[in-house]
Amino acid sequence: MEVFISTTEQILTTDGLPLKVSLKKAERKNKIRAFLLVFPLLLFILVTFVVPIGDMLLRSVDDSHINTVFPNTFEEYRKWDRNDLPPEEVYEAIFFELATGEGIQVGKALTRMNYSKSGWKSLIKKTRRQIKKIYKSGELPTSYKDTLIDIHEGWGDTLFWISMAQMTEERTLIYYWNAIDRTYDIDGNVVMQDEKRRMYVKTWIRTLKVSVYVTFFCLILGFPVAHLLANLPLRYSNLLMIFVLLPFWTSLLVRTTAWIVMLQQKGVINGVLVWLGIIDDDQRIQMVYNMTGTIIAMTQILLPFMILPLYSVMKVIPKSHMRAAQNLGAKPVRAFIRVYLPQTVPGMSAGGLLVFVLAIGYFITPELVGGKDGQLIGHWIAYHLKTTLNWGLCAAIGSILLAVMLVLYWLYNKIVGIDNIKLG
Amino acid sequence: MESQTNDFVVFEKIDKSYDGEVLVVKNLNLNISKGEFVTMLGPSGSGKTTTLMMLAGFETPTNGEIYLQNKPISKIPPYEREIGMVFQNYALFPHMTVQENLSFPLEVRKMNKSEVEEKVKKALDMVELGEFGTRFPAQLSGGQQQRVALARALVFEPRLVLMDEPLGALDKNLREQMQYEIKHIHERIGITVVYVTHDQSEALTMSNRIAVFNDGVVQQLSTPDILYEKPENSFVAEFIGENNTMLGTVKKLNGEYCEVDLDSGGTVKALKINVGSIGDKTKLSVRPERVVINSSNSNVNKFEGEVEELIYLGDHIRARLNACGSNEFIVKIPNEGQINLKEKSKIQVSWEPSDIRALDYN
Repeated sequence: MEVFISTTEQILTTDGLPLKVSLKKAERKNKIRAFLLVFPLLLFILVTFVVPIGDMLLRSVDDSHINTVFPNTFEEYRKWDRNDLPPEEVYEAIFFELATGEGIQVGKALTRMNYSKSGWKSLIKKTRRQIKKIYKSGELPTSYKDTLIDIHEGWGDTLFWISMAQMTEERTLIYYWNAIDRTYDIDGNVVMQDEKRRMYVKTWIRTLKVSVYVTFFCLILGFPVAHLLANLPLRYSNLLMIFVLLPFWTSLLVRTTAWIVMLQQKGVINGVLVWLGIIDDDQRIQMVYNMTGTIIAMTQILLPFMILPLYSVMKVIPKSHMRAAQNLGAKPVRAFIRVYLPQTVPGMSAGGLLVFVLAIGYFITPELVGGKDGQLIGHWIAYHLKTTLNWGLCAAIGSILLAVMLVLYWLYNKIVGIDNIKLG
Repeated sequence: MESQTNDFVVFEKIDKSYDGEVLVVKNLNLNISKGEFVTMLGPSGSGKTTTLMMLAGFETPTNGEIYLQNKPISKIPPYEREIGMVFQNYALFPHMTVQENLSFPLEVRKMNKSEVEEKVKKALDMVELGEFGTRFPAQLSGGQQQRVALARALVFEPRLVLMDEPLGALDKNLREQMQYEIKHIHERIGITVVYVTHDQSEALTMSNRIAVFNDGVVQQLSTPDILYEKPENSFVAEFIGENNTMLGTVKKLNGEYCEVDLDSGGTVKALKINVGSIGDKTKLSVRPERVVINSSNSNVNKFEGEVEELIYLGDHIRARLNACGSNEFIVKIPNEGQINLKEKSKIQVSWEPSDIRALDYN
């Protein structure tokens, strides 16, 4: 047999087939097999990850439902010059749409309207029956505006009409603005919320602050432990590793409540301090149900996520490096800073990123030990999800969380480089 | 206590134990002159690396003192000893470029920038890596990394250089090439080198003197030729080079010779090196290339044997015989044209009394 090899034309196999074709044929089976192997996982990720996140992102800007309930009202509303009360046409449109609208759809729309201005729901609920009655009687009023205001003076309140400006678009950024304490005024300009309704920015800042603190403390506390773990003889390091992992085998709830027991004013730590005479009985320190409690408990709970990546990185730094540095004339501290520390950066960044990501969205622990000023943004997501059913706002907060993480990730990649991350 | 010798490095009565039960180094006394290339050779666990680490300052002697330029150094921390070291796996700092690795010891010494640059360049040129300064260690081959490690150990002009099995990770060809390179650099700059290896050919190639370690004790400290030709005990004889060993009992002492009754029968006249009195057991050692086959001379030491295996090696033929109570009796027959040997054929082996050494039985 002969092999034809030509440099200008395509290379052929011994049997005369083009090499590339032959290779593709030989590899096809493997490719199909590989794809089939990952297919279930791909499907799983698609269903449990990509679709929900996509849905969340859509939901955070979606205001289409209310636009299907009050299309005419909004159309007339847009023509209004925004002075005093809306013209007769707006009242007429909403009169008919309330009278003829399907109960469930109107109900949903009312919930949505209440996000923009509380009172909408009760106003319409109270007046809708009478509107229907008038509509059924066939004796339509000459002035819908006067009729409605007669039924309930709320219809003459400009504040309600101002709030309607937030609902007239199918795609809206109102939830995002709300998530940072802003809203639209009657002309659609972005303005600050009422003083007493501003709580998100405060919580955002607190969330970031707590996350930074927790990450920082985890690093400070985790670094020596990881170093010990990586350098102790095997039998001691195994024992230490068990201590590090022990919290994983205990319920999160148990650990959190244990912290309450430890930190509360009549708790273990205060008790010991009073008993030792370090503080007076009436000077017991408030360590729980505030930000301190949140930081302490979260640091302890997230510590393993810092230790493990650090450990895996430190484990593979040869001991000879520190020796070499000293041999070259560097004192131990300098050798540590110049030679050891830089090599742990991948572990520090992996642990730091991991702890920060977990901390920023943490819910149970701050909910239990946070009290009033230890709540993180997760609290508001849960609140709107369960209590007000304002899923648009939930989705907006969630999307902002996602965006913050992506920005951090991008920054991290710029500064440290994503190849520098090492989880194990 | 000042040591009164002129030697550059002096180990004086050094003992070392890690656990208080086992001595890994026992009563080590070793003098190294300035400019010398001394190799510590021995099997793993023989205490050679521990000795090196004590010199570098990473281990403390349990007893005794080490003197460097007549000054005791046990109390001096490693970073003030001014001793360069090439580590087993080079210990190059992976987050620094080659240049940064090399300038590290100079920056630590607060040298000014232009001086650092100049010295780094010189050191890199010395190991022929002038072009590679901006690379990271991971981008270099094993041999190049080795050279960088060597350059880094030399760049700050230390008082002496220690090398801990520096060539262990290289393949055979590269290892041999590096042996010559290190040897030449040593000759060129005349620095004192203490080298640790378990590879005897490496030790023989490079060293001025070799200290053979076993069991925490220096068995013999000599130049390579003396070590090979005149081993003082059976460990050295067996560890260095190939060697035929025979067991026997001392029958007669006679000046520098002695007569030994072999356990397998017959009597051998041998050099009396390391034997007790008459009636003591002894190990006899003769190098395979000193054994002559079918000699017409009337040698004293003449024995019958049978060829078990013949291996043709070009310049010589290696014959494995069953002789003198061993079927591992090796003879190297120089290839001088016609060699008429067959496996299973009877053969006569003989050697001069001055070529066989009666050593300790241990």
